[in-house]
Amino acid sequence: MDDLNSELTGVFVQESREQLAEMERLLLQLEQEPSSRDNLDAIFRAAHTVKGSAGVVECDFIVLFAHEVESTLDRVRNGEVTVTSELASVLLTCCDHLGQLLDVLAQGPHAPTPEMESEGFVLIGRLNQLSGTTSPTITESKVNVSGGGPMSTDNWHISVRFGADVMKFGMDPLAFLRYLASLGEIVGIETLADTMPAGKDMDPECCYLGFEIAFKSRASKSEIEAVFAFVRDDCTLHILPPDSKLEEFMELIQKLPEDSLRLGEILVKIGAVTEAELVEGLKRQQGAARDAESSGEPAPPLGHVLVEQQVVQPVLVEAAAVHQAQVSEKKAKEARVIRVHADKLDRLIDLVGEMVIAGASAHLLALKHGKGDLVEAASVLSRLVEDIRDSALQLRMVQIGETFSRFNRVVRDVSRDLGKDIELVLTGGDTELDKSVVEKIGDPLMHLVRNALDHGIEPADVRQARGKPTRGQLTLNACHDSGSIVIQVMDDGGGLNAERIRAKAVERGLIHADEPLSEQQIINLIFEAGFSTADSVSNLSGRGVGMDVVRRNIQALRGTVDVVSSPGQGCTFTIRLPLTLAIIDGFLVGVGKSAYVIPLETVVECIELRDVAGDRNFLKLRGEVLPFVRLRELFVVEGERPPRENVVVVRYAGQRAGIVVDQLMGEFQTVIKPLGALFSHLKGIGGSTILGSGEVALILDVESLVHRCADAEEQQSRSATSSNRLLSAP
Amino acid sequence: MSTNQRLLLEDDLTIYHAAAHKARLLEALETHDDVEVDLSKIAEMDTAGVQLLVFLKREAQRLGKRARIVGHSPAVRDVIDFLHLAAWLGDPMVIPSAQGTGA
Repeated sequence: MDDLNSELTGVFVQESREQLAEMERLLLQLEQEPSSRDNLDAIFRAAHTVKGSAGVVECDFIVLFAHEVESTLDRVRNGEVTVTSELASVLLTCCDHLGQLLDVLAQGPHAPTPEMESEGFVLIGRLNQLSGTTSPTITESKVNVSGGGPMSTDNWHISVRFGADVMKFGMDPLAFLRYLASLGEIVGIETLADTMPAGKDMDPECCYLGFEIAFKSRASKSEIEAVFAFVRDDCTLHILPPDSKLEEFMELIQKLPEDSLRLGEILVKIGAVTEAELVEGLKRQQGAARDAESSGEPAPPLGHVLVEQQVVQPVLVEAAAVHQAQVSEKKAKEARVIRVHADKLDRLIDLVGEMVIAGASAHLLALKHGKGDLVEAASVLSRLVEDIRDSALQLRMVQIGETFSRFNRVVRDVSRDLGKDIELVLTGGDTELDKSVVEKIGDPLMHLVRNALDHGIEPADVRQARGKPTRGQLTLNACHDSGSIVIQVMDDGGGLNAERIRAKAVERGLIHADEPLSEQQIINLIFEAGFSTADSVSNLSGRGVGMDVVRRNIQALRGTVDVVSSPGQGCTFTIRLPLTLAIIDGFLVGVGKSAYVIPLETVVECIELRDVAGDRNFLKLRGEVLPFVRLRELFVVEGERPPRENVVVVRYAGQRAGIVVDQLMGEFQTVIKPLGALFSHLKGIGGSTILGSGEVALILDVESLVHRCADAEEQQSRSATSSNRLLSAP
Repeated sequence: MSTNQRLLLEDDLTIYHAAAHKARLLEALETHDDVEVDLSKIAEMDTAGVQLLVFLKREAQRLGKRARIVGHSPAVRDVIDFLHLAAWLGDPMVIPSAQGTGA
């Protein structure tokens, strides 16, 4: 039971977060175009859904707060309140608050802290103030009648008798009523147990109860009916809309199993009709019954009430119909999406990984045996396995757009705080990447965006003086590039000031004052740990707040980050991330008896190594210098160099390098098995994999190899003393 | 001879324990004149529980006995308030001061 509850709550929390994200997006839109009716309706629906589902999981504190938000939105929808920038701000804050309440719920069965509660009250107060609830928009006519309490005419009257077996089916009538209460206010409720037998005959597991309820709500009839949807077949339900005629109540009394007089009293008690009306009604009804008897007419059919209601409140019926259409539309949209537990997906991908290895082994054996039909069957199999692998990985892919759109809010809030006018441009939002990566990229991105807003883009007056448009622009871009995902954060601000970074780095002891560094190298210093601490940020050109943290986070995802700055024009941070974390297409090479895998996406071409004199570490490729590294020397592989060696030309982030190997063994689907923690500091190796033959092959970390080649080349050109040992032994 | 008994119900007033509770209540009503039912240990109450309370009161009336409910736990109080049953049941409910003054 508890498991079920916590699972329900989990689903609720997740779905509500989605609703809130949607609501936030729409609210931001609403600010731009306050008159969009569709938009308003969608916001209202989101708030309503959160409230409704909170009622189902019996989370009262969310229901209460969401109810206030919903009623304000309803007033906006009805045109009683106009959308102002202030109202939108408060509503956005309400969104945040709901998010916090969800956090509380997700953490377990706790109530929100008093601070949060008071924050909620303050927000509700502001909402009411802005939407002017305190001044009544409709003057309600309240009539006091003797013995009947205050009379409010605009209540629904709900009369429900639960079937005897309801509780045996595991449904609790009380839960339905509580849910009903979440849609509005139960003004009066009367419990009826007339059918309950006495003494031994009473079966405690049977339901004998019925309720007469006066209910105040803006909900539509279909919404109220939907409350009882699960027990619709097991209960007798009558709903009379607000302002129903006396005749309708009389008709209701007739239909209910209990004694007319007793029911009449109940209706008076909960304020549905007055005593005088009751007496009058009963009198008339008796008269009508006599008439009917004498004329031989049958009693009015059951559906009569409904027909009459349509006459009374056509608007209501229309609204209900529209709402139903919207609900079914939304259901259809939801049906195209299936929620799957992430663990199940991971398991599937694990299995696919194993299958890739097994498939490769089968293929290898088939080749060995050389039987034509077997080879063919094995090839078909490997092709299918390849497809399955791609589709399985696709399952984990999500579009980055959702992550991007979160920044709309950030840019809006921050630029407001700073008093800058900044526009956010999002491109490439449909670029897909692994879900686990998306989740982890949020924080570093946030850091970069905030930095760009705070320090990158200049205040409007400075911009004007520099002849730039006063409105600053921040661009988030994503795209695919040779097996990696590239995410860029671009601003059109002042760029980085290399001189000041250099001065700062010298001051911090990161470099010597007379160290010769290119401008790019200086700028890259901002990623060094200890380059900048929070207190020294503002007097520098600003960048560098925890940039080392950003870089560390991204490196943890096997990615890189770099920056290009053009003074006065702006500055671009580029993050590169691997597309997937589990399986890659590899290029198998051999050195001596060992096999290595190079990620295929990084391979540009393969050439034969010749005309290299002595120990030089570079060759000429079509007139360009290509630095290379000999794997035999790097990994100290035993054995003689073969007469013919090959160079695999690889590229990473625009830089190229060669890797010298003995043999080229062709393409190979590679399941990445991470190396143990013991090897985590090993440079040049990214992981391991199992070959079809059962042998282990190491996967080369092309990025670090390329960097090492480039660095070594640079050092060599400067000091002429080179070291061939690029691998730093642990 | 007037006898009275105090019944302490420990299992939740839910459908799961309804049959057992009913048997106890009925037996107590048949053998004693004055039955006091202590609900202070009740952590959960559903519709079946509500029915039992209604049943208790009604049966007592039918048999000409007295049945009182005491020590309403928060869960019980919540349900009784929700259904506006306090007046019908007619037993004084003690509202803890923390709740009485709070929101």
